[in-house]
Amino acid sequence: MAFETPKISYNGAIKEIPLGKEANRIIVGGENSYPFYLFEGEMPHPPKIAMEIHDAPPEDWPQAALDPFADVVQDPVAWAQKCVDSYGAEMVALQLVSTDPNAQDTPPEQALEVTKKVAAAIEVPLIVWGSSNLEKDTQVLKVIAEECAGENLILGPVEEGSYKVLGAASLAFQHTIAASTPIDINLAKQLNILLGNLGVPDERILVDPTVASLGYGLEYCYSVMERDRMAALTQEDERLQFPIVCNLAKEVWKVKEAKIGEEEAPLLGDPLKRGVLLEAMTALLLLLAGGDILIMRHPDAIQLVRGFIKELTAN
Amino acid sequence: MALTGIQIYKLLPKTNCGECGVPTCLAFAMNLAAGKAELAGCPYVSEEAKAELADASAPPIAVVEIGTGERKLKIGGETVLFRHEKTFVNPPGIAVLVTDEMSDEEVAGRLERLKTLEYERVGLILRADLVAVKSLSGDAGKFEALVTRVKNQTDAGIILMAEDTSVMESGLKICSDRKPLMYAATKENADGMASLAKEHGCSLAVKGDGLDEVSDLTTKLTEGGLKNLVIDSGARAIKKAFEDQIIIRRAALLKKYRPLGFPTITLPFEMTNDSMQEALIASMFVAKYGGIIVLSDLQGHSLFPLLLARMNIYTDPQRPMATSPGIYEIGGPNENSPVLVTCNFSLTYFIVSGEIETSRVPAWLVVVDTEGLSVLTAWAAGKFVGDAVGMSFKKCGIMDKVSHKKVIIPGYAAAISGDLEEELGDWEVLVGPRESAHIPAYLKEWKA
Repeated sequence: MAFETPKISYNGAIKEIPLGKEANRIIVGGENSYPFYLFEGEMPHPPKIAMEIHDAPPEDWPQAALDPFADVVQDPVAWAQKCVDSYGAEMVALQLVSTDPNAQDTPPEQALEVTKKVAAAIEVPLIVWGSSNLEKDTQVLKVIAEECAGENLILGPVEEGSYKVLGAASLAFQHTIAASTPIDINLAKQLNILLGNLGVPDERILVDPTVASLGYGLEYCYSVMERDRMAALTQEDERLQFPIVCNLAKEVWKVKEAKIGEEEAPLLGDPLKRGVLLEAMTALLLLLAGGDILIMRHPDAIQLVRGFIKELTAN
Repeated sequence: MALTGIQIYKLLPKTNCGECGVPTCLAFAMNLAAGKAELAGCPYVSEEAKAELADASAPPIAVVEIGTGERKLKIGGETVLFRHEKTFVNPPGIAVLVTDEMSDEEVAGRLERLKTLEYERVGLILRADLVAVKSLSGDAGKFEALVTRVKNQTDAGIILMAEDTSVMESGLKICSDRKPLMYAATKENADGMASLAKEHGCSLAVKGDGLDEVSDLTTKLTEGGLKNLVIDSGARAIKKAFEDQIIIRRAALLKKYRPLGFPTITLPFEMTNDSMQEALIASMFVAKYGGIIVLSDLQGHSLFPLLLARMNIYTDPQRPMATSPGIYEIGGPNENSPVLVTCNFSLTYFIVSGEIETSRVPAWLVVVDTEGLSVLTAWAAGKFVGDAVGMSFKKCGIMDKVSHKKVIIPGYAAAISGDLEEELGDWEVLVGPRESAHIPAYLKEWKA
């Protein structure tokens, strides 16, 4: 008995979003089926991995994550260059960790200076991510948006409380926005509507659904992302048809099991391989749920996931 | 093929006796068709109707059991494509491979790790489930010896992997009482394997070259009376294997296509030589529909993340995960250590206890029963409010463990501090940070 592949019909597609400067433009999105369901759809632009760097030397990274960057953590510019030159980063994500009022509380001017230097040093698209403190991010990202006109940055997180200021600034100075909402499909849609009402064109919007690490709530964002894709692709929910960005590395490498040594927890095995797999598995599961851009940290994890994307999209 | 409600109705007594729990036979028929009722609910249905309806009322994906006793593993029985549509029910069995060409030490190491690599989390024990015993040499005596060794050293479920029926039989002779899964019936050996499976009452995996061949085999075997089948589509390239899993699940659920209505077995160990990539492939099968996942080895650094992935994906999204309420000691606290209170949503508990650990300040964490709700939700629902928190706080016995009288509450629950102070008498209520990430900084400043 001949067996017929049961296909489902899609009626929507994810919007194609161009990122970075004209000369080195990359495109994300464009898929018109569930992630990697290539027997019934297309994924014209396979998901991209952005390598993260910090604006100040990290204080709480486990050794396994720090080792590959030990020679550059003092200097965000050298760090960004190493990501591109040594590890072939397709994008770089600058995490403005030091601006956090609960940490070093560095001023917006300092963040601006670092951003300018990093942007000047690399050709690939640059994501600039705040400390997730609403008030501070609004100040910091606004200054950066205004002073980095022409750099075509991706700015995040842009939240309900900051979308007016940051949406307007991005609109005026030609940046892309990562619209961030806390693990809720309706809130995500609402923020996309608000950005649209403000006049931010669709090709400047990415969605950050807020992601969590394996073992620490991954299932929530996994299902929110699956529901997002279901609505976008099969229910014509136009305000959800945006590429998804997953800022995952900082969530993974802060969990206890990514930090603990083998002497303390012999059953958890080698800390380097364990950390790499915690990051790579989190990344893969988020890809299968619908991620288009992954912000990642460890070169080994990145290499594994890159290889996997290649396998899943092979001809 | 599945029947519609109307077709089922025609086979029922049509007496509307109501003994099945719904008022009419038509309503009962509709429930049957929707999988919401069991045929056994009708006391008057005829034998002929039963036979005809058994097919219609069977679950779209069979449930297959492997092993015996406490370690019995149930796979299959899934009813949805996406976990948020309801829930995934039977987590995939994780198996470790041993072969008759491995050295004694290699086999011993794997069996030892199967036993020792166990992790406790939210009251659950996370561990691998099965041993896949594979004949590579084709020698029945060697296989028999290896199966004997495995049987004696573990009570986990067993998968017997041999293509030659006489080798398979030598393994079954040793361990059929443990209800192993036989792997695998192929186009060449299906008849022999089928009679062994029947004789020993064991479940049987079917390996075909593509889904057409698998369908032909399962159809033939079910016609021969076998029900407990497991499917291997034969694909070993990542992309094809991924697609096959989706197509199998969809055919069973969307088309009620019986020949593919069985759980699957996946073999990452045959798909790559790189152990890190193998772990990643295994996690793909956790998300996308693997029923059994056979690994070349078990190591803590890869097994632990994989078990977390399985726990996450198979968590019932309709039910919040809860930690047991009570007092948790973190970092060996004493009578001068800070006391924090939070809800029993397990995610909150993990994050808060993790941050306290990170701070390296020994502390007491009091977890209040909020029925698995997070702090804000519980507060809104009236479960994390002054009197409720105060009552549990007094009852748990923390007041006898410390010499100071200060309690730290989550920043998001600042509104309850007045009521809580009233409830706790001379205790001082301190409002902690809103975000758990700021707990370490807060605790380092804290003074009794």
